Amino acid sequence: MADLKNLEGMIDSTPIMKDFADIESSKLPEYQIDSKIPEGPIAEKWTNYKAHQKLVNPANKRHLDIIVVGTGLAGASAASTLAELGFNVWNFCIQDSPRRAHSIAAQGGINAAKDYQNDGDSVYRLFYDTVKGGDFRSREANVYRLAEVSNNIIDQCVQQGVPFAREYGGLLANRSFGGAQVSRTFYAKGQTGQQLLLGAYASLNRQIEKGQVRSFNRREMLDIVIVDGRCRGIIVRNLVTGELERYAAHAVVLATGGYGRTFFLSTNAMGCNGSAAIQAFKKGAYLSNLAFTQIHPTCIPVHGEDQSKLTLMSESLRNDGRIWVPKKKEDAEAIRAGKKRPTDIPDEDRDFYLERRYPAFGNLCPRDIASRAAKERCDAGYGVGTGNAVYLDFKYAIDRLGADVVRDRYGNLFDMYQMISDDNPYETPMMIFPASHYTMGGIWVDYELQTSIKGLFAIGECNFSDHGANRLGASALMQGLADGYFVLPYTMQNYLSDQIKVKHPGTDAPEFDEAEKGVRDRIARLMAIKGTKSPDEIHKRLGHVMWNLVGMGRTLQSLVKAIGEIEEVKKEFYTDLRIVGSADDLNTELEKALRLEDFLVMAKMMAIDALHRNESCGAHFREEYQTADGEAARDDEHYMYVSCWKYTGDDEKPILLKEPLKYEAIKVQTRNYKS
Amino acid sequence: METTISVNLKIWRQRGPKEKGQFVNYHLDNVSTGSSFLEMLDMLNQQLVEQGEEPVVFDNDCREGICGMCSLYINGHPHGPVQGITTCQLHMRKFNDGDTITIEPWRSAAFPVIRDLMVDRNAFDKIQQAGGYVSFNCGGAPDANATPISKEVADVAMDSATCIGCGACVAACKNGSAMLFVSAKVSQFALLPQGQVERARRARAMVRRMDELGFGNCTNTGACAAECPKNVPLSNIARLNREFIKAKLAD
Repeated sequence: MADLKNLEGMIDSTPIMKDFADIESSKLPEYQIDSKIPEGPIAEKWTNYKAHQKLVNPANKRHLDIIVVGTGLAGASAASTLAELGFNVWNFCIQDSPRRAHSIAAQGGINAAKDYQNDGDSVYRLFYDTVKGGDFRSREANVYRLAEVSNNIIDQCVQQGVPFAREYGGLLANRSFGGAQVSRTFYAKGQTGQQLLLGAYASLNRQIEKGQVRSFNRREMLDIVIVDGRCRGIIVRNLVTGELERYAAHAVVLATGGYGRTFFLSTNAMGCNGSAAIQAFKKGAYLSNLAFTQIHPTCIPVHGEDQSKLTLMSESLRNDGRIWVPKKKEDAEAIRAGKKRPTDIPDEDRDFYLERRYPAFGNLCPRDIASRAAKERCDAGYGVGTGNAVYLDFKYAIDRLGADVVRDRYGNLFDMYQMISDDNPYETPMMIFPASHYTMGGIWVDYELQTSIKGLFAIGECNFSDHGANRLGASALMQGLADGYFVLPYTMQNYLSDQIKVKHPGTDAPEFDEAEKGVRDRIARLMAIKGTKSPDEIHKRLGHVMWNLVGMGRTLQSLVKAIGEIEEVKKEFYTDLRIVGSADDLNTELEKALRLEDFLVMAKMMAIDALHRNESCGAHFREEYQTADGEAARDDEHYMYVSCWKYTGDDEKPILLKEPLKYEAIKVQTRNYKS
Repeated sequence: METTISVNLKIWRQRGPKEKGQFVNYHLDNVSTGSSFLEMLDMLNQQLVEQGEEPVVFDNDCREGICGMCSLYINGHPHGPVQGITTCQLHMRKFNDGDTITIEPWRSAAFPVIRDLMVDRNAFDKIQQAGGYVSFNCGGAPDANATPISKEVADVAMDSATCIGCGACVAACKNGSAMLFVSAKVSQFALLPQGQVERARRARAMVRRMDELGFGNCTNTGACAAECPKNVPLSNIARLNREFIKAKLAD
């Protein structure tokens, strides 16, 4: 392990990476990455792919079984669409109903290149904004396809009966989100994710009623099963009975969401986890770009040690809210001491720092930039509240539009804010601070959304593919539904077409015995520790390490330190964990412990990925690599690639593989939101 | 300003659906009034785990009032004493130092207890499966702006669609009726042009499934809408009744 003292002043981690990872093997021929990007100009790739891919004939589809793990936007849309095509689908979720998946909590909206506002939008512009927003670290062909199918998603959802917001003339309304200069975001109040998910859930229900989808709730996947090099099934734990169950299929789709709860406190739901990704990783799937974790700028600040989660205030609020801190330090101090109120500060003493630093995009600059700017002001001593908060002020919007219009647009968000903070945002500015929200990194997939394990696919937030180093607002819903409705149902057939004569091995195969035994042993090992700390206590400790050392700003030193501290938390986990109750029964503590064990693996991989990337890009901000005015300094010459980490053993160093990124349809440039 | 309070908790504990349950009393000190109700239960569970006891089991997930997973009958009200919010949005500042808080699971024959405060709400999924959708396959939809829908209609449909499927309406109803839940979905589709083709079939199928699953009948007491955390209005039930009668007349 690298000695922290020797690292002083060092900014390039390359010499010490050998302590943590094998970064040389990627040159070996067996570790070359094939992303299967189709030939041809960018606008024709997807069309060409669809025209030439192999399909499965309708009569054969009913011989093929597909497991879909997860019922969020990606999982539910994929399960229902694959079933509509005629495949037999087995669909799993950890909640009590498919409708509860965390996509439901997405507030602001979904992007599409409809150009209904006649403001100059196009497929190309949505593609361009997404690649630029992602700071040139996403795969161009995937993003273009995403922009292409975005319009179909809106059509699909309207037909499902999703009650999108409308204008008085009866046509669909739009608003703006960060990183865009057009209004392309469709929304349903501040509950867009809910309405889109209920749309997908409705389509899913139709297939469940037909018997084409078999739905299993309160089940948690604990391993994938590989037979003859292909993924053929899963082992799940029935969360009500504690029994382990086996399911076999021709292919498995993971739609299991992001790993944002590695930070413990996040905007994610309590059950969100990175476990499926870690199971896949341990069976040979690559994990990519794990350092790219989105810290959302507008969340309600932390109130205390007993806090269990953070609540997001939708980015849409930045359409009309202005973000500021006091210009004078003494005002900030007075506010923190409770001697002044924000409304006491006159306009000329307010620092609208986003408008000041980024005049072209102002309060609507991308999330990574807005988050870092908030941290910069708070670190400099201008924060309000506990010191870790800034104001989001609606006074100006209320003066301009009237309280009724503001209430109509954001009423439910204001109510939510007041419920949590006990402040009335119509009268006093909201306090906000950044929080872990979304993970751009995840399971590596090729153009067909297949992982490096044959027959294992990954869609939605759990894959790495479309958002590069930073995701733009209202693009997560777009990606989840694009993958599930319009991409996977096509691309999967290319894999399944030669499987129609193959009878999958069924759950009696020895590989299932082995996988189940592995899970059983793992549970027994954790139950046997019999220490003193609950999973939540240890998870909180991990969260502190991650937030402080692998959070919004990272340095070589903080990351090396983080890896050391993660090891210590891990040691505490394996020696002092206490799980009350029994393994063969409903046991929420065991569920938490299993997820935490995987978060520990994820945490270390996130730190390693952040350490190896000697540049700043998007949400990955290595403080050593910044421009004179504090912006991220990319190193395209050395890091314009997707990092793909290959597992080699619990105590072994992971191997770094690289998928080079080529930009043909877009000119690579420095991200500029100033002019 | 935030402060800390002590509370006495009277919590329903039950091993399984067939086993007999009982109230168990607990005491909790140093609860921050800025904490949410579920964070208070987290504190209790942490205390129980430290004593080697099994934690109180309760459903929860998003903790921001939208997933519909949390439930709890708190002091005689589904989702607690504050109107228009879910249990996870309830904060301890609504309670006073020394209060005794009674916490029970949803009480309904259609929602059997799984453990402690966790119940089985599968019946709600089954009702939706009976017809809570527009039957069409992905890919065949016309352009989203091809059919204008007036803002008023879209807004009313949104108010119905806002139901989170938590089951508070059933728990609040003395008859254990699911009419508000069913009517919210039937209304959403009855209002929108996309739902017209299957309008009658949907109302019939969903009501039939609701009856089969053991939910009670509606006697218009209005407790459901009064306790609904999302303020889904009672007018949905009137609309469902109209839809159902029209469908029956057409038969």
